[in-house]
Amino acid sequence: MLSLSNLGKRFGGVVAVDGVSLAVAAGEVHALIGPNGAGKTTLIGLISGALAADSGEISFLGKQVTRLQSHERVRAGLARSYQITSIFRRFSVLDNLALAVQARSGSSFSFWKPVASEAALFEEARFIANQIGLEGKVSLTANQLSHGEQRALEVGLALATRPKLVLLDEPMAGMGPEESRRMIELISRIRAEVTVLLVEHDMDAVFRLADRISVMVNGRLVATGAPQEIKANEEVKRAYLGDELAA
Amino acid sequence: MKKAALILVLLFPLAMHALEQNFYIGIATRMLIYAMAAASLNLVLGYGGMVSFGHAAFFGAGAYIVGILAYEGVTSLWIAWPLAVAVAALAALVIGAISLRTRGVYFIMITLAFAQMTYYVFVSLKSYGGDDGLSMPSRSTGLGFSLSNEFAWYYLVLGLLIMILYLLHRLVHSRFGRVVEAIRENETRAAAVGYPVYRYQLLCFVISGAIAGLAGALIANQTSYVGPSLLHWIQSGTLMLMVILGGVGRFWGGPVGAAVLLALEELFSGTPLLGAWSLHWQLPVGLILLAVVLFAPRGIAGAFAKQPR
Repeated sequence: MLSLSNLGKRFGGVVAVDGVSLAVAAGEVHALIGPNGAGKTTLIGLISGALAADSGEISFLGKQVTRLQSHERVRAGLARSYQITSIFRRFSVLDNLALAVQARSGSSFSFWKPVASEAALFEEARFIANQIGLEGKVSLTANQLSHGEQRALEVGLALATRPKLVLLDEPMAGMGPEESRRMIELISRIRAEVTVLLVEHDMDAVFRLADRISVMVNGRLVATGAPQEIKANEEVKRAYLGDELAA
Repeated sequence: MKKAALILVLLFPLAMHALEQNFYIGIATRMLIYAMAAASLNLVLGYGGMVSFGHAAFFGAGAYIVGILAYEGVTSLWIAWPLAVAVAALAALVIGAISLRTRGVYFIMITLAFAQMTYYVFVSLKSYGGDDGLSMPSRSTGLGFSLSNEFAWYYLVLGLLIMILYLLHRLVHSRFGRVVEAIRENETRAAAVGYPVYRYQLLCFVISGAIAGLAGALIANQTSYVGPSLLHWIQSGTLMLMVILGGVGRFWGGPVGAAVLLALEELFSGTPLLGAWSLHWQLPVGLILLAVVLFAPRGIAGAFAKQPR
């Protein structure tokens, strides 16, 4: 579904992503793990179009998307969530989601008809709110939500664009155990409809959700495989997992 | 409150006429014109989050088109006004297309620089008055009655203002308006849910410039005179003050701010209140502005609104 070939990105003298080739298959939850500074978020930026690749190619659903801008990639079905919550803080939860729904349903170069009269947008927004467990909070403004709820909305904004592949950048960042549990449930629910590329530090979540895992160290992919293979991989243990798995 | 305001603006000229104070009709018309200009700035500044410090360029360009055409003998408003709007929109397209590639303080500075460039272009047009500006032989023609009549002129301007405010009201509540506000709130996310940010911002900028151009066409007629001071950065600053005073991103922010600022100017620069001190009218006006910014940071319209935002 998504294939990266020899993707590279440098910032000045620092090589953040160094010749990464990776294939994400339709329907899987593919986890991307690695120590801090390994280049995972940069890689997500390259895939989503927020950053331009210096070298290599990205193809999505059989089409080259390397030179498309972010908004064009979203239209093609490639959406992302952010590690640092990025929502419309002064909009209500429902308006946040409706705005994302609006982006892919018809033209928004529409200047006359009140958006409030478009029941279909808000119906769909409510459906997403339900999916992410915020159905009771739709009329709150986003900055009134708790951290965990904002993280859920963050994922909801990506889902509301009806992606075929969603890039989730540390959805559980800063969450308590109860909030993490809910996020794991959410991801297991959406996996039926959408392919997931998941960047996450919470190993418990990764091993519960992932069909396959790729490990990134210093800008390079050092291993890709099923969770059991990754657990057994000596190089991975050395580079990253060592202590946690031993424990 | 809105109803009371509507009755006030509708009956104001008649009341002044009855009180034999026709002078104030002209001042009120000026307020209506600046209300339109400030509302246009509020669209980019308040709704779009684009801090344009060069709105005088579009306002002044609209005014100059009307002035130059009148000087060349073309007085019909059916030609001059649409052309003023079109030229202002074109200027906004060019200035916006370049300025919107920058952000933050760079955007403020580049819009200011473009406006000052426009200012010097018109100062250097010696054939059209240069520094001294241009006097128009009369107000625009073409409606079958003379716009020199203060009543006719007031109600025409009022009608246009109401039309523009209605257009703006539809616009800010439309899909387009929502996207523009979303970009103000979080540009990165707006792009990440699939909006081409630049195109929305540019179109918003052009619409705003076009409306400022219409206000400019009206201000040229108001005084039957156009001068480079209409394009000066102080003019841009005045429009910005009006928006801040009235309420940034508040629908009524522009009109309320324009009316209040001009009323304060009138109040403190006239001799009855301050006598000889009226020469220093900027001081009390400045103090009041300071007080508004300190104690009502959401502006006058914001202070009266039911729901905070």
